[in-house]
Amino acid sequence: MAVTEVRTTIHPAGTDPVQIAEKIKELFPDQVIDVANFRDQVSVIIKKDMSVAILKYLHDDPLLSFDHLQDLTAVDYLKKKDVRFEVVYGLYSMKYRHQIRIRAQVAEDNPSIGSAVSIWEGANWHERECYDMFGIRFNGHPDLRRILMPEDWEGYPLRKDYPLKGPELEKDWIGFREVIRRSQELKEFEWEG
Amino acid sequence: MIEDVEKIFDTRELNVNMGPQHPATHGVLRLVLDIDGETIVKVTPHVGYLHRGIEKLGESLSYFQALPLTDRLDYVSAMSNNIGYCVAVEKLFGIEVPERAKYIRTIVGEMSRISNHLLWLATHALDIGAMTVFIYCFREREWILDLFEMICGARLTVTYPRVGGVRNDVPQEFLDSIWKFTDEFPSRILEYETLIDQNRIWLQRTVGIGVISAEEAVNWGMTGPTLRGSGVSYDIRKHMPYDAYDKVDFEVPIGTTGDTYDRYRCRMLEMRQSNNILRQLIEKLPAGPIMADAPKFLLQPKDMMMPITHPTKELAYVIEEKACKGCGMCLRACPAKAIFGEKKQPHVIKQDLCLQCGNCFVTCKFKALKLIPGGKGMTEEQLKELAAGPMPEEITKAAEYMVKHFEFVKKGPKVPEGELYVATEVPKGELGFYFVSDGSGKPFRMRLRSPSFVHAGVLPRLCKGHLVADVIANIGTIDIVLGECDR
Repeated sequence: MAVTEVRTTIHPAGTDPVQIAEKIKELFPDQVIDVANFRDQVSVIIKKDMSVAILKYLHDDPLLSFDHLQDLTAVDYLKKKDVRFEVVYGLYSMKYRHQIRIRAQVAEDNPSIGSAVSIWEGANWHERECYDMFGIRFNGHPDLRRILMPEDWEGYPLRKDYPLKGPELEKDWIGFREVIRRSQELKEFEWEG
Repeated sequence: MIEDVEKIFDTRELNVNMGPQHPATHGVLRLVLDIDGETIVKVTPHVGYLHRGIEKLGESLSYFQALPLTDRLDYVSAMSNNIGYCVAVEKLFGIEVPERAKYIRTIVGEMSRISNHLLWLATHALDIGAMTVFIYCFREREWILDLFEMICGARLTVTYPRVGGVRNDVPQEFLDSIWKFTDEFPSRILEYETLIDQNRIWLQRTVGIGVISAEEAVNWGMTGPTLRGSGVSYDIRKHMPYDAYDKVDFEVPIGTTGDTYDRYRCRMLEMRQSNNILRQLIEKLPAGPIMADAPKFLLQPKDMMMPITHPTKELAYVIEEKACKGCGMCLRACPAKAIFGEKKQPHVIKQDLCLQCGNCFVTCKFKALKLIPGGKGMTEEQLKELAAGPMPEEITKAAEYMVKHFEFVKKGPKVPEGELYVATEVPKGELGFYFVSDGSGKPFRMRLRSPSFVHAGVLPRLCKGHLVADVIANIGTIDIVLGECDR
């Protein structure tokens, strides 16, 4: 049976995200590229090689305890940055109420990164969506399939070089052509009258 | 004996397709069930049937234009989505919203939470077999939707909150009606509870169904009442207060066992809390402006944009014959097709067709267009005479304003470069917006973290080991809307 929690006004003291960034820098000195700070939100930009280890450390460390994966997505910095993709992990600790963002750089040729499903089960669908929209492969993902687009879709819609408006559907997508063909075939069974 | 029967009949797992057209899936959710008898072995959800590419669209629209898209996410609580978007964009711009607007937004946000929970209860109960609750809930939901209609003219796709405040101020009539609603609503909640709270069928269908422990729920990324049913006190209204939530007193209901019944109780208690919040907000509602004063970032009201002080308030656009090169730019820009003329010959505007939109004025590169005081009744000679004379100062000012406004709408404001993630507590859970700004008026990347998407992903975990009928209860209890899930 549900009970009602009494309001707590005092927030437990969380660690300052800048300090967390420093900690990551200390532990993985050759992995951290940069630390960005915008509107009091800190993001740590890392290389992709040890991303899973860093995330696991953030999740498991009892003083950090980033148990909630708020968001997992990617950004395509085509012609803006040298490394094209960035996979972004938004982390939050429900216990300590602190927040940090990890941005792992992924190069354009054969884009792939380690999967975080072993750390957060919730990463499963987010990573599938990332693969669907950007074509970034997540190594070790249990079931990496397209999720929002049809399974036989070509191209990755959220990439910057993917057009906003596609060509006519009939010419483009094989599934639509199939539907048209079937409807032609089945026309003879149409009701008359 | 049973073993013998199994040998004879050769039982095997069955593969059943449920959806995408299925009344109990709350939209176009398709589930492929692997069942052994009536027990679920595996559930594979397929989503994406409602994918409209809102994230991609957002990248091609300015920050103001993308707002109506958020209505189409979770269409049963569009108000909350709008607020989530506005809060995120405001934080990106770095603007502060006036107090009154914050209070109004919190009021409509809580109204939307109540209406969402009512719809959830109605459909959830209907799925399980309690028809009466459906009718009861829709009665109160209708009241709230009528109130939405009163303040903005729309019932579902409201777009009432705006970046920097709200669209209109609320009338006293609205506040009175809401006050009356909060008076009556607690007794109405009791009515629903009388129907199902201790109902034997309801208890059998919900208690112990879809149990998920606190740690597991967090690990799966669940949020909102779906998570709180498992006993985790995570509410963004408390953890990262936005709008006026830090000025009201409310409790966060949490469950203990994390089953379908606990989640149901959580939502019922949450409606009572929302009711309390509404009463506090109406009592405290301060007076003042409803839009932030930030001309660098926000669209100004129309009368500020064109301060026409000319006594007749009538203006006309005319083309100066000498300056016109006959390039045809204005001709193509005119939506009313009021401009006539051959190529390389001076063009003429037919005043009775002119809409006075000013498109020609802004597009002309040779400054051949002039804004003059004059009405539609004037002849062309009179207009020409006026155009040749000196211009009043107000009118040159108005023209300047208009060009500025045009550029602002076309290019958008100059947004600081950076990236941020802002989450708000919508009725279904945590709605997050992740913006990457490259300094232009359009977001470089707009990411939507929708609670329904995450919750639909938990379905295989919730349904495993239960019966086929419990799949329906589980779909109801996570409260998903596919518009938000597929984006």
